[in-house]
Amino acid sequence: MLDDFMLRATLAGLAVAMATGPLGCFVVWRRMAYFGDATAHAAILGVALALGFQISIFVGTMVVALVMAMIVSVLAGRGWAMDTTLGVLAHSALAFGLVAVSFLPAVRVDLSAYLFGDILAVSRFDLAVIAAGSVLVLGLILWRWSALLTATLNEDLAHASGINPGHERLVLTIALAVVVAVALKIVGALLIAALLIIPAAAARNFARSPESMALGAIVIGGLSVWGGLQLSLMQDTPSGPSIVVFAALIFLATTIAGTVLQNRSGR
Amino acid sequence: MPRLSGGPSVSLITAAGLGVSYGGRKVLFDINFQMERGEIVTIVGPNGSGKTTFLRALLGVVQPSRGRITRAQGVTVGYVPQRLHIDPGLPLPVARFLSLPKRRSAAEIAQVLARVGVPDVARQNMATLSGGQFQRVLLARALLVKPDILMLDEPTAGLDQPGVASFYRLIDEVRRELGCAVLSVSHDLHVVMSASDRVICINGHVCCEGAPHVVRAAPEYRALFGLGTGGALALYQHSHDHDHTHDHDHDHDHDHEKDHAHHAG
Repeated sequence: MLDDFMLRATLAGLAVAMATGPLGCFVVWRRMAYFGDATAHAAILGVALALGFQISIFVGTMVVALVMAMIVSVLAGRGWAMDTTLGVLAHSALAFGLVAVSFLPAVRVDLSAYLFGDILAVSRFDLAVIAAGSVLVLGLILWRWSALLTATLNEDLAHASGINPGHERLVLTIALAVVVAVALKIVGALLIAALLIIPAAAARNFARSPESMALGAIVIGGLSVWGGLQLSLMQDTPSGPSIVVFAALIFLATTIAGTVLQNRSGR
Repeated sequence: MPRLSGGPSVSLITAAGLGVSYGGRKVLFDINFQMERGEIVTIVGPNGSGKTTFLRALLGVVQPSRGRITRAQGVTVGYVPQRLHIDPGLPLPVARFLSLPKRRSAAEIAQVLARVGVPDVARQNMATLSGGQFQRVLLARALLVKPDILMLDEPTAGLDQPGVASFYRLIDEVRRELGCAVLSVSHDLHVVMSASDRVICINGHVCCEGAPHVVRAAPEYRALFGLGTGGALALYQHSHDHDHTHDHDHDHDHDHEKDHAHHAG
């Protein structure tokens, strides 16, 4: 069992989609798109450090992503506009990571695997880690769902309901770092944010409630993984971008369908 | 649940020597405040006076840099925020909003929506509500916790005159039913004042406080707001719980207002 690389790849992708669906919804609702980008781009620095210190890539990327997310949280609202802060951090993290990788002696790093993902090379061990990370994130979000949603709506309202919005922010930050670590192998650092945002945005076109949007994002993420893998296998296209291409096509389709339906019911 | 049965007469919420600073700037200082059960208190102040910060400190959102805030045990707060921006990316039916964070039954939701006068919106998306409906739904959510204190931050910003009047009438009715205290913040003194037991005028510190007509006449209040609101105030007092044809004299004459008890900060 699990000998087939295609099966492992599909399972790994579906597992990640389970986590990125609901987390991506929060990224959309809280306007954290650039935040996700900054965290994901930092993963390359994590790869360089992990290879340099010979520790697990998962651990390296997760730690660096977490540190990055914390830095962003601390710097938020300190003078610069948020998108400027994030722009500086996201691109700096990527650049530092790329430079750091080039310093690694005697290791021939296939950088494109980390930038664009290498889902077809998922090992059994990778699959176990990816599944564990995804289940952890999904569980975390399900457990905190109501509190997260309340804190997302309005922090003062959350406070009045006895919810500490700071804690909920931390929950999302940790979830994001874990997702970055497990999704690196699937779509690569450059496109992790796409896997978070595009399925959620596509689900928004037909969702009537926060829950249906999160569920829809999981389904759309899963379909994208499956479709992208088929494309990658048949046409030998890079797997990560293929998955994102599929997600983008679904987004386009649901946007058109949503607009048509809306016009019809408006009449 | 009888809430008016005579318990120990502890203030619902007390602020002692409260000060709040943002990055070295003193927004609030030396504020002493307490609120009793069933009381209606209105906080007024010009923009930037720290009145919203005061409310947020009482809510526990803002940490005081000096002094402290104490709540009586088990006090529940229903909070109606000034504005609630809901991201267009978040599809949120009214019933779902009312179930945040605690699940409410469909019957509870139907009941509270009927109480605030918007019985038919449960399945509607929050984004499609009118300004007046939206405020009523916010109020409904605050009422679901069966509050001891209802805290309202400029709840009628963005409503038109009739909308404002009917919203305050609703709050007044609800308060009578629940026996809860009401603490509201306003920069628009003339619309809330007549229903209040006490008005506190804030500008970093407590400038003056007392009954509405007392504060209106206080030189500290007039220095902050000018004299221009007098006419509108009288207008609202008449329209508040009487209909317009009534011709009552409310005894708020100027000689009456001389006995103000203002507390200089």
